[in-house]
Amino acid sequence: MATSEAVIGGGLSSAERARKARGLRLFWYAMWARAYPRIVGALRERSWMFFETLLPVLAVAGYVFIYRAIGAPAEYTGFAVLGGAMTAFWLNVLWSMASQLYWDKDGGNLELYVLSPAPLMSVLLGMAVGGLLMTATRAVTILVVCSLAFGVTYTVTSPLLLIAVFLVTMAALYGMGMLFASIFLVAGREAWHLSNLLQEPIYLASGFYFPVRALGFWAATAASIIPLTLGMDAMRQLIFASGPALGFLSVRVELLILLVLAVVFIATASVVLARLEVIGRREGRIIERRR
Amino acid sequence: MSSVAKKAAPMTVAQRLLDTPLARRSDGLRSFAVAAWLGWQIESNWADPFLFAVYSIARPIASALILVVMYSVITNGAFQEPIFPYIYLGNALYILVGSIIVGVSWAIIDDREHYRVAKHLYTAPINGYSYLFGRGLARLIIGAISVIITIVFGVIAFKLPITFASVDWGLLAISTALGIASLAGLGILVGAWTMTMARHFWSVGEAVSAGMYLFSGAIFPLDVLPAWLRWIGFLFPATYWLELSRRALLGPAAAGFETFSALSNGALLAILAAFTVVLLTGSWFFYRWALSNAKDKGLLDMESAY
Repeated sequence: MATSEAVIGGGLSSAERARKARGLRLFWYAMWARAYPRIVGALRERSWMFFETLLPVLAVAGYVFIYRAIGAPAEYTGFAVLGGAMTAFWLNVLWSMASQLYWDKDGGNLELYVLSPAPLMSVLLGMAVGGLLMTATRAVTILVVCSLAFGVTYTVTSPLLLIAVFLVTMAALYGMGMLFASIFLVAGREAWHLSNLLQEPIYLASGFYFPVRALGFWAATAASIIPLTLGMDAMRQLIFASGPALGFLSVRVELLILLVLAVVFIATASVVLARLEVIGRREGRIIERRR
Repeated sequence: MSSVAKKAAPMTVAQRLLDTPLARRSDGLRSFAVAAWLGWQIESNWADPFLFAVYSIARPIASALILVVMYSVITNGAFQEPIFPYIYLGNALYILVGSIIVGVSWAIIDDREHYRVAKHLYTAPINGYSYLFGRGLARLIIGAISVIITIVFGVIAFKLPITFASVDWGLLAISTALGIASLAGLGILVGAWTMTMARHFWSVGEAVSAGMYLFSGAIFPLDVLPAWLRWIGFLFPATYWLELSRRALLGPAAAGFETFSALSNGALLAILAAFTVVLLTGSWFFYRWALSNAKDKGLLDMESAY
């Protein structure tokens, strides 16, 4: 409890926080308050790690063995492993960002968010920050386990560029998640099915298990609206020896596009959230529970 | 009014079944029919038929296309090689395995956590074992539609060597009946296990399904697995059902791999039949134990929001 107060309020008492937290300060506190259960939950409930890494590891193993069955070059094993690790982020965005406000509505938390003085955007950003940190541990575990199990070797050509690509990809991806969450705010049971629907088709379109340029220029260009498409392509170019030869666009161009996507998604999420909150209030959808 | 009438149509079918003399005397059959109708409503009534059809088709086709692109990138589109139909058909048929196993497990979770009706169900005069079979049936129907669409898509788009005349329909029918029955038994086992869990129940069905996907030779021959892992595949009925289905659908064009080359169709059917008997019998006893265990621990109607 003491830790939570330190994180959320910098050691201030509840009364002081309530009096002083306004504007950006309130936004900042609310964001960390929403991120807090996700960050702490990842450490407190370690048994989650077993299932949340086991399933992607099994999926990656399946794709690795397919590549072996058809005699693929060794680097394709690494492509599949990286894709498998990145599925953790995509699933987190779908189920813990996009669908989250639907869950919150179902559990009765959404109305509390709306009743509180905190801006909903800070709640969304907190979900993103917490989700990103929570999922990063899982993705790293999948990457390490699969790399060791299948003997993947990496050739990192530019560590700084790799970090930049990863961070910008995550900003764009979670910005997209915030946008989805805003849209799902007015959804009922469809939210669940839409999240289900956005799994395999996105794995295909974004080239989770193969170089995306195999889809052809126009299909890969269309799929670039999903930040992981270009993010994974750039990362593959930066960590595998044969990556540049199989890349879709140059890493710098992909990084630039990802930057634009990040700004556009976060700004649009803010506008759409405000608009849909009004609609949700007017149509009574914030407190309705449709199962 | 018309949409209500349309939605009630499947219940009319179930109602006719319920009105038969046999069903009137059988708790099990009544529970099964009503559960199947309920399952279908839950799975399908969240969207209009067009959106539901898109939803039902998009995932399996996308899943198949991932494998097609992977295969194509490496082999430059050599779809005529025997390994391609092996991979494609295995992946398509496996949809049924996932649907049944995950479906029954999710029926427990839906009733207990999502719709919160478990307490009402288990205080009503139903046969819980038949009820779970019925809930699984709805997923089975949706899965079967996806399998057929995926295979037809493969025949048209990738020229899978399957023709009406070349299919061994008898072998396909018998192996599919045994395969579905054995998987239903396995589904009940997993569902009953879910009933006894307070945490991590979300992932049990998917974990078992994903494990079988890897070890049953669905998407690559078991020979590709390291020898020390290969034996795991022999423990699953899906392994034998997939092999039999491939032989029935592809006939002589089916790729023969070392693992099963020594086993005739008859031998594979006998093994699958043995699995079916063991799993159906075992699932009945395990379900009764799990129900009792869940009652003891107060898990039957638990709402954890976990």
